[in-house]
Amino acid sequence: MIPVVVILVYLAVIAVVGGVAWRRGRENTEDFFLASRSVGPIFFFLSIFATNMTAFAILGSSGQAYRQGIGIYGLMASSSCFVIPLTLFFIGTRLWAIGKKFGHQTQVAFFRDRWECNHIGTVIFALSAAMLVPYMIISIMGGGTVLADISASPETHQPIIPYAWGCAIVAVVVTLNVFLGGMRGTVWVNILQTTLFLCFGAVAVAVISHALPLGFGDYMQKLAADPKTRFLVTRDRMPPQTFWSYTLIPLSSIMFPHMAIMCFSARRVSAFKQTVVAYPIAIMAIWLPCVFLGVLGFAALGKIPDPDGVLLRMLQSYAPVWLAGLLGAGIISAVMGSDAHQVLALSTMFTRDVFAHYGGHEKFGERRSVHFARGFIVVVTIIAYLVALALKEKQGIFEIAIRYAFSGFAAMAPVMVAALFWRRSTKWGALAATRENPPLLLRRRPPPSLRQTLSRPPQFQPTIRHISPRPTRRRPNRPPPLPPPPSRRKTSSGKSATEPMR
Amino acid sequence: MKKLLLFLLVALVYAAHQDVWNWRRPGPMVFGFLPIGLAYHAAYSIAAAVMMAILVRFAWPKGLAEREASSSQPPPPHS
Repeated sequence: MIPVVVILVYLAVIAVVGGVAWRRGRENTEDFFLASRSVGPIFFFLSIFATNMTAFAILGSSGQAYRQGIGIYGLMASSSCFVIPLTLFFIGTRLWAIGKKFGHQTQVAFFRDRWECNHIGTVIFALSAAMLVPYMIISIMGGGTVLADISASPETHQPIIPYAWGCAIVAVVVTLNVFLGGMRGTVWVNILQTTLFLCFGAVAVAVISHALPLGFGDYMQKLAADPKTRFLVTRDRMPPQTFWSYTLIPLSSIMFPHMAIMCFSARRVSAFKQTVVAYPIAIMAIWLPCVFLGVLGFAALGKIPDPDGVLLRMLQSYAPVWLAGLLGAGIISAVMGSDAHQVLALSTMFTRDVFAHYGGHEKFGERRSVHFARGFIVVVTIIAYLVALALKEKQGIFEIAIRYAFSGFAAMAPVMVAALFWRRSTKWGALAATRENPPLLLRRRPPPSLRQTLSRPPQFQPTIRHISPRPTRRRPNRPPPLPPPPSRRKTSSGKSATEPMR
Repeated sequence: MKKLLLFLLVALVYAAHQDVWNWRRPGPMVFGFLPIGLAYHAAYSIAAAVMMAILVRFAWPKGLAEREASSSQPPPPHS
């Protein structure tokens, strides 16, 4: 009961912060969606990191480490340490500069101006929304899992807060925070959340090491000595090609709408400097303990029905109850930090790129636009909540993230690179590249069951072919007309259209 | 020359991610409990941070600071 109380107090604090941010905010879309582009360097780092760390980083990583071993760290975390800061460095800074100059609030607006094409923006909005909702679902599922597992009675294993209620509580608190506070409320909450979940790993490892009957080294030696479990401390069942191909997955990061929107919200470009250097260290601080504890969980707990809950089981078994509650709050922080940004990003895109773009803003005014944004937040959260309930025990967090969100957004990264760095890129090329995405996602084979996962490596192997934009088919006798050079084009506001950055 | 060296640095760090020599061996256990494959990639994360610090120091995109200075006033929201 004590862990549940600790977590509920934490959730109440989050909702209150949203309320305070609401009173400090102004009723215009720039303030609601981007906090008036006033996010300072420390807040920027904490917030952009919270944006990108989801249930996937804590529950998914430990669950998959339980299934597949230590290779998961190199597969997802160390490749992210390399790729994500590089994309922020090369792409994020350019997006910031363009957003500052032309007033873009989303990447969709940037694409529309870049290629002077309404449809490309609308297509990318639809696709981004379709791929972002599964990411939100992961967060809600993660929240429901944490609350159900941490409130389970040690004797009967019956949760005080059932999964459905857990999902609902997390969804309502996130919605309240975003609904009231917008970007400002989300960023404020991120400071508390990121601090909590950055401390989570080290504290969890320290506490569990004291309570375990054997030392960490003994458990690892035990796993290494048994031929059946040796793959957990090596990469025996992970083909090098698969391992390499996953280095492409973090390319998705900069294409996440919530990441791009965070890039627009920085007050100064210098905020990126500290962020790109600190980012790999912060990833390590979260992933290393989680992956290690996931593998350790296999050695200490044996087979468990729900591997994504292995971390919570370890906490329940080897941590004091009050600390388990606090650490549970750390996990919930990771879940909610990203969920809030995803909800806000979807609402920003809908309001700016669909509602305002097609005349809603002129018809209803600035204040009503914010009301529409809030209404959209509620609708999307309800949809994500219902899907999270339907997917319970059908798919693991890791599989959903990789299958729909990460691979889909990674496949769109070349469009962004072309927009920024390829002067002669055209809307047709961009449309052709985005057109590849839905069939790519739908063609993917269903994820393997737990037993299959334990007995063989994962099937997903993205290749260069999957993420490269397909060239536009040209008829030999009728080549499509080339657009005028970018430097001569004008936007609707009379400014020169965005040119490729060098 | 500076660009070439920085490019080589990035390429080297990228190539170092594929540590095939650690693939099938669990040990030696670093600090007595960390399998070598995991310890290597933890060290790789630190190397990535160092690489980024070098890029920030020597390859920070020129022109962004001027944009920052010239756009102290926030622009009107784009529609």
